[in-house]
Amino acid sequence: MNPTFRDLIAENKRNSALLVLIFCLFTAAVALILALGIVALLDPKAVAQLRWGEALWAGGIAAVLALLFSLLGYYRGDRFILAVSGARRIRHADDPELFNVVEEMAIAAGIPMPEVYQIDDPALNAFATGRDPQHAAVAITTGLRRQLTRDELQGVIAHEISHIRNYDIRLMLLMAVLVGTVVMLSDFFWQIVRSGGGRRTTDSKDEGGSGPFGLIVFLLAVMLALVAPILAQIIQFAVSRQREYLADASAVELTRYPQGLANALRKLQGDTAVLRTANRGIAHLFIANPIKKFQERAESVFASHPPLKDRIARLEALIHSK
Amino acid sequence: MEPWLIITVIVVGVLVLAGIAVYNGLVSKKVETENAWSQIDVQLKRRHDLIPNLVETVKGYAAHEKETLEKVIQARNAAITAHGIAAQAQAENALTSTLKTLFAVAEAYPDLKANQSFLGLQEELTATENRISFARQHYNDVVSQYNAALMRFPANIVANLFGFRQVEFFQLDAAEMAAVRQAPQVKF
Repeated sequence: MNPTFRDLIAENKRNSALLVLIFCLFTAAVALILALGIVALLDPKAVAQLRWGEALWAGGIAAVLALLFSLLGYYRGDRFILAVSGARRIRHADDPELFNVVEEMAIAAGIPMPEVYQIDDPALNAFATGRDPQHAAVAITTGLRRQLTRDELQGVIAHEISHIRNYDIRLMLLMAVLVGTVVMLSDFFWQIVRSGGGRRTTDSKDEGGSGPFGLIVFLLAVMLALVAPILAQIIQFAVSRQREYLADASAVELTRYPQGLANALRKLQGDTAVLRTANRGIAHLFIANPIKKFQERAESVFASHPPLKDRIARLEALIHSK
Repeated sequence: MEPWLIITVIVVGVLVLAGIAVYNGLVSKKVETENAWSQIDVQLKRRHDLIPNLVETVKGYAAHEKETLEKVIQARNAAITAHGIAAQAQAENALTSTLKTLFAVAEAYPDLKANQSFLGLQEELTATENRISFARQHYNDVVSQYNAALMRFPANIVANLFGFRQVEFFQLDAAEMAAVRQAPQVKF
């Protein structure tokens, strides 16, 4: 197991860089087609006259904006996520045991001590965020904190520390930016379609239709606006699910005690409370899926996490192999 | 220039560059093992610093357990002054066992067990014991990576050339091994 986590880190760093590149190109393409779609909607003649210049401009500006969003997400995204989830930073004196456990796991992983946050919520959950081990934070809900024994807490924190050490946090942070931007773009498109729709019908009466080309572009844009956000999220959740298994395995490598995390996951399994502050944009960051209606069909492509019973089974296998 | 000369120069250049990359990789792995080792010392020192407070707190409730307290202080001083890896490990083990005795003795004093600062110190000491074992575990992890890197081809050639040596693991005795595997909070 030992040599693989280095490969994993290298892979995560590579994927993060690749993600930003693809994200910029993807956003540019989406923006280009959506822009053409908007042009087709508002002024069908413009598309017929092939005003590619303006559309390319729109794509270029979108790519630059995407890059700016990536940079912003990279440097400030962790603060944003912590703020959105209602996390409050705590000090050693507030919860010495929690701090000690976090520090123990940071030592075992050979990374600096991350910041520790608490979320005042009865739901059982925890997450880690940041851009690298030097700029990282772990957050845990008060509900989970109260229910876990020291061993179980150690398992959960080891899982989060593994996300930090393995650079999962960076990849996930950029993923969140990607999905957020794509969703925003398509929302923006729908808003224009809705407000411009009325004008279009009157225009086309006068002009006698925009011709098949304008219609095709418009339909393509509609399809993209529908499909792109879903596609982005499917990719995000697929990546996230895989990371969860890896983080569980790395956690055991740190604690050398699979039972602790297995017991903690069993407690999460029994939890029915929904995290108040959770939304789909940050769901993939948590140790277990915070949105419970997805849990029932957790094997589907829309699940940010693998089913808990699978994760527990894998940990049990480790316990019995010892 | 002769074409074979150019080819030779290119081949030698590539080999030198590859050699430098491998060398630097080995150096950073070596530094990592050294860092991991010093991290163990940091945690050991932390434990030494906690003990005077603990002894003071226990004294207030269980003054006639003088012998046990003396032993803890002696073991602590021995651990601080111990030199060499083997002697240090032995002194630290002795300190661990005197601390175990102290916490076992404390069980007989309900007032002491209910004391907030005693409970706090107990948590801190438990955590420090854990930190020590996790720091050792991390040390062994990076040592095993370094040692494996030394043996791999072609790094082994560079390693032989520049005298990189295998680093020794931190050895735990059987009793300590069992303690590491156990649930941490029942250690005392």
